[in-house]
Amino acid sequence: MRQGKYPFVIGFLAAPVALYCVFVVSPVVQAFQLSFTQWRGFAPPKWIGLDNYRRLVEDGNFWKAISHHAILLVALPLITIVISLFFSFLLNVGGRSRGGVTTGIWGSKFYRVVFFLPQVLAVAIIAVLFQTVYRPNESGLINGVLMKLGLDPVFFLVDKNIALWSIIGVLVWQAVGFYVVLFSAGMSSIPSDIYEAAALDGAGKFTLFFRVTLPLLWSTLQVAWVYLGIAAFDAFAVVNVLSIGNNGGPDGATTVLAIEIYRNMQESKLGYASAMGVALFFLSITFAALTLRVSRRETVEYS
Amino acid sequence: MTTLKTDTPPPVVPPAPRRHAPSRPARRSEFKVLSGLAHVALAVWAIIVLGPILWTFLSAFKDTEEIFSSPWTLPGALRWENFGRAWESAHVGRYLLNSVLVVSLSTFGTMLLGSMAAYVLARYTFWGNRLVYYLFVSGLAFPVFLALVPLFFVVRDLGLLNSYTGLILVYIAYSLPFTIFFLSAFFKTLPNTVAEAAVIDGAGHMRLFFQVMLPMARSGLVSITIFNIIGQWAQYQLPVVLMSGARDKWVITQGIAEISVNAGFEADWAGLFAALTLAILPMILVYALLQRQIQAGLTSGAVK
Repeated sequence: MRQGKYPFVIGFLAAPVALYCVFVVSPVVQAFQLSFTQWRGFAPPKWIGLDNYRRLVEDGNFWKAISHHAILLVALPLITIVISLFFSFLLNVGGRSRGGVTTGIWGSKFYRVVFFLPQVLAVAIIAVLFQTVYRPNESGLINGVLMKLGLDPVFFLVDKNIALWSIIGVLVWQAVGFYVVLFSAGMSSIPSDIYEAAALDGAGKFTLFFRVTLPLLWSTLQVAWVYLGIAAFDAFAVVNVLSIGNNGGPDGATTVLAIEIYRNMQESKLGYASAMGVALFFLSITFAALTLRVSRRETVEYS
Repeated sequence: MTTLKTDTPPPVVPPAPRRHAPSRPARRSEFKVLSGLAHVALAVWAIIVLGPILWTFLSAFKDTEEIFSSPWTLPGALRWENFGRAWESAHVGRYLLNSVLVVSLSTFGTMLLGSMAAYVLARYTFWGNRLVYYLFVSGLAFPVFLALVPLFFVVRDLGLLNSYTGLILVYIAYSLPFTIFFLSAFFKTLPNTVAEAAVIDGAGHMRLFFQVMLPMARSGLVSITIFNIIGQWAQYQLPVVLMSGARDKWVITQGIAEISVNAGFEADWAGLFAALTLAILPMILVYALLQRQIQAGLTSGAVK
């Protein structure tokens, strides 16, 4: 068995490592290099030092995208986590107490299956679905009702002030089910005698939730916040499909970095697009590191 | 509390008026109200989730006039021709088959290469093991958009632009970090004794991997296969960038997005709804059959 170890190891690693280096590592390294150049794709890239980054700082669209990421970064995790926590608490602890053991609410299995459903659909397809839901005339799902009731239609994707929120709505719609399942798994791993003890001490449902469930769920919440934060730095598919003009419209009201990168790429501003990619990378990595640091707490291990 | 059997009756303590804890019936009715409210809240979200999907299915049978005049009613007739139009002239059938082809090959490749690398990294000590492992795992930190521009040119220079091969290889490469990260942790937990027994019985490295270790890792492999299938099926930006020139090779996400743009020009809303239905229905059917495995697979990254 000892003999032939190295040929075997090399044989097993060669293909994955080669593929990974060609399509992931080398483009990533090149992206950093290209961000210091001016390149339109034909003549070799021209070294221009930090000029791309200097332009970035003065680029209004870039700052618009950053401000949208800031909104997404707070709103998306906050809204999704609050809704998901609420539902998973209802599903898991909301049931009748039987002999001191609280069971899940009636039909909790059905709700969980339904809530999770959007997760298996592709974001791009969900975005097309919501384009029809949000349509600004009587053929839209929401405006059809509003206009039947004699109300004015809401211009979900056309109105600059609400376009971004309409898009956040789609992201929340998809994400909630995933986190309901995730939090449910976390809640069911909390030993029931902790709940019983707290209930015996006279804790009501609300105290149970804020004093028992929430603190014991902390590490799961942290994971959820990081996941949703990372999702907030992407949002390409949903903005690309839903926004007016497919490029973060109206008038840049929904643009995100991924959209700006793609647009500059299509305009053959390749060095500049790469600089934006580098900015995106540092923003998302800083966010992940900060979240994990700031939210660090003692974790509880059940024996 | 245990009761002791005694002859003397326990001293009767008059029940003190309870001020905080409500009496039993009150508690029960309070519970009923709360549970009723809980059901209302849950049902509302279920409707919010299912409503748009069912509405799309219904609208797929309508004609344009109905879609505008009565968006909330049942279709006047079952117009199957909408689906025919979506399947044939809007090429939804083509796009779906392309997606199936690309995702089945790329997921198979991801699982094969990913489990090979993860296994070697988890269970063999050799020089550079940690280096290779961290090289792969660091890929989790890089957003695809960081590498998008150079990736386009790497694929172009290899002559793989607008080809299934190119897209499949890129899918595999970008799925490797998570697959290896997850599976190597999984391979580490497998018992040594079984592996040792197989070696004593004369199994070589290859046999040990394919006939002993892979079957033992089945549950982990299933989870991560589902994770990759769903992820690669939903992929949008990579095909948009790498396949834009070959319409006949488009995958379903990119196809539906294009149909949605065209529906605006041609005002064929019924066709769009039919196309959406055709894109959504297969996923819902698969989910209905395998919902437990799918939930486990998709959340496997977050629950450890």
